[in-house]
Amino acid sequence: MKALRYLALVIASALFLLPFYLLLRNGLAEEADITSPQWTFFPSTVHWENIRELFEDPAVPMASSLLNSLIVSVLQTSGQLLLGAMAGYGLARIPSRHSRWVVGLVLGTLMIPAAVTFVPTFVMVSTLGWVSSLRGLIIPGLFSGLTAYLCSQYFQSFPRELEEAARVDGLSPWGTFWRIVVPNSGNFLAALAVVNLIGSWNAFLWPLVIAQDEESWTVQVAMSTLLTAQNINLHELFLAAAVSILPLVVIFVVLQRFLVRGVTETGIKG
Amino acid sequence: MSRAAWFWVFVGPFLAGLLLFSYVPIGWSVLLSFFEARNTVTPTDFVGFRNYREMLTDRSFVDSLLTFSLFALAVVPLTYVSALGLALLVNRIEFARSFFRSVFFLPTACSYVVAALVWKLSIFSGVDSGLANTVLGTDIAWLVQVKPPWYWLALITVRLWLQTGFYMILFIAGLQRISQSLYEAAEVDGASGWQSFRYVTLPQLRSTSIAVLLLSLIAAYQAFDEFYNLFSTTGGYPPYARPPLVYLYYNSLGAGAQDFGHGGAGAVILAAVIAMVTLLQGKLIGRERA
Repeated sequence: MKALRYLALVIASALFLLPFYLLLRNGLAEEADITSPQWTFFPSTVHWENIRELFEDPAVPMASSLLNSLIVSVLQTSGQLLLGAMAGYGLARIPSRHSRWVVGLVLGTLMIPAAVTFVPTFVMVSTLGWVSSLRGLIIPGLFSGLTAYLCSQYFQSFPRELEEAARVDGLSPWGTFWRIVVPNSGNFLAALAVVNLIGSWNAFLWPLVIAQDEESWTVQVAMSTLLTAQNINLHELFLAAAVSILPLVVIFVVLQRFLVRGVTETGIKG
Repeated sequence: MSRAAWFWVFVGPFLAGLLLFSYVPIGWSVLLSFFEARNTVTPTDFVGFRNYREMLTDRSFVDSLLTFSLFALAVVPLTYVSALGLALLVNRIEFARSFFRSVFFLPTACSYVVAALVWKLSIFSGVDSGLANTVLGTDIAWLVQVKPPWYWLALITVRLWLQTGFYMILFIAGLQRISQSLYEAAEVDGASGWQSFRYVTLPQLRSTSIAVLLLSLIAAYQAFDEFYNLFSTTGGYPPYARPPLVYLYYNSLGAGAQDFGHGGAGAVILAAVIAMVTLLQGKLIGRERA
C-alpha cells in the first residue's frame, strides 16, 4: 500500500515536472533538436550560448520586457499591500458608521470578476492617455478588493492589548498602525505579498490590452507576441519562457513556507 | 483628529481608487451597452436593449458561452478530484512529503503564457516531432483538428497542470485541521478505510470543498490566457474553442473593431451568467450537504 502510494506520487511528479524539463531542453537545444521527427529525450548537445543569443537578439525585447515586468510587479504589489492594509485596518479597527457600505463595495468587486470589466477599464485608461505606459499597467490594478478584505479579516484578530498599550503611550492611530500593527504582522503581510507578486508577474490580459508599444511590453506579452507570430525561433522562445519563470521558481523554493500559508489564507477566506 | 477623520485617512485612498477603477468602469460599461458606440466612448445614439438582443442572437457569442460552460463543466470536477487525490497522497506519507508538495505546487509559478507555449509547441505540437505524437506514435494535429475535437485535451490538461497544486494546498490545510480523534473513533466503530474517508474526511472538508469548487469555477469562467495563447495566430482566432473573453477582446478591442456598445452588453451578460451559475452552485452544494 505504501509502495503503491509512492509509485503514484513518483509518476505524478514526473508528469508535473516534464514541462519544466521541456522548457530547458528546448531552450538550450539547437533548432533541429526541437523540430526533428526523430525526437529524443536528451538533445544532441547543450548550447549554453543560446542564453547570450536570446539577450542579444534585437527582435526579442527580452531585457526591457523583464525590466518592465519587474517594475510593474514590485510597484503593484507594494501599492496593493499599502492601500489594502491601510483600508483593512481602518475597516477592522476604526469604528465608523460608513464601514458597512464600504465593506459592501469591497465584497462587490470580489463577486464581479475583474476580467469582465476590462473593456470599460481600458476605455477609461485610454481616455486618460495611459495606453502603453507603466502607469497604465500599474495603477488600475492597485486597488485589490481581495487584499483589503483579507487584511481586514486578519486585523480583526490582531491582539487589542498591543494597541491599547500604544494608545496609552500617546500614539495616534497612524503611529499605532505603523509602529505596532505592521511590524507585528510580518508573516501575514509577507505571505500576502508573495501571492500578489505571483499574480502581478503572471498577469496577461490587462498587459496585453494596455501595453501596445514594444517598449511597454511585460515579459508575458513579449512571449505571447512571439508565440502567436508566424516565424518563430523556437529555442529562443523556450529559453525566454524558462528565464521568465526563474524569479518565481526561486521565490517558490526559498519562501515555500510563507507561500503555503499565503495560499491557505487567501484561498480559504477568499 | 477625530475618529471619523482617521477612518477616512486609512480607508479613503483605497476607496477612491476602487470607485474610480472598478465602479466607474462597470457603470460606464452598463451605460455604453445601451448605446450605439463604435469607436467612441461618449455615444449619443441610444438604442435601448438592441445590443443585448443582438448579442444573444449572435451565434458566435452564444457559442462562446456554450464553450466556456463545457470547459467549466470538465475542468471543475477534474480539478477537484485530482487536487483532493494528490492532497490525500501527500498527506499520508512521511518521507519526502515536502518534496512532493513542492513539485505539485511549482506549476503555480508559471503563467498561462509559459504553459501554453510548452503545450502548443512541444507536447501537443501537431507535427511528428511533438511529444504526444512521438510517445503515442500518432500523427494528430492536436490543436487544429475539430473532428474529433482533440484540442479539448490540451485545454483541460494545461489548466489542470497549472492549478491543481494550488487547490491541493488548500486541501492539505483542510486535512490537517481534522482532529485525529475522529479517525480513532471511526476505527473503534470498525470503519473501513473507504468508510472513514466517506463519513469523516469528506464531511470535515466541507468548507474547503466549497472554496475549491467556487474558486475553480470562477477561474474557469475567466479563462482567457491559455485559449488566446494556444489558438491565436497573426491571422486571428479560429472559429472554435472561443470563450467569451476572447470574443469580447476581439470584438471590442481588436484591430478596427472598437465596438464598445456590444462589448458592454456582452460583459453585462457574462457577469450575469457568472453570478447565476455561482449562486446556483452555492445552492446545490449547500442543499446536498445540509
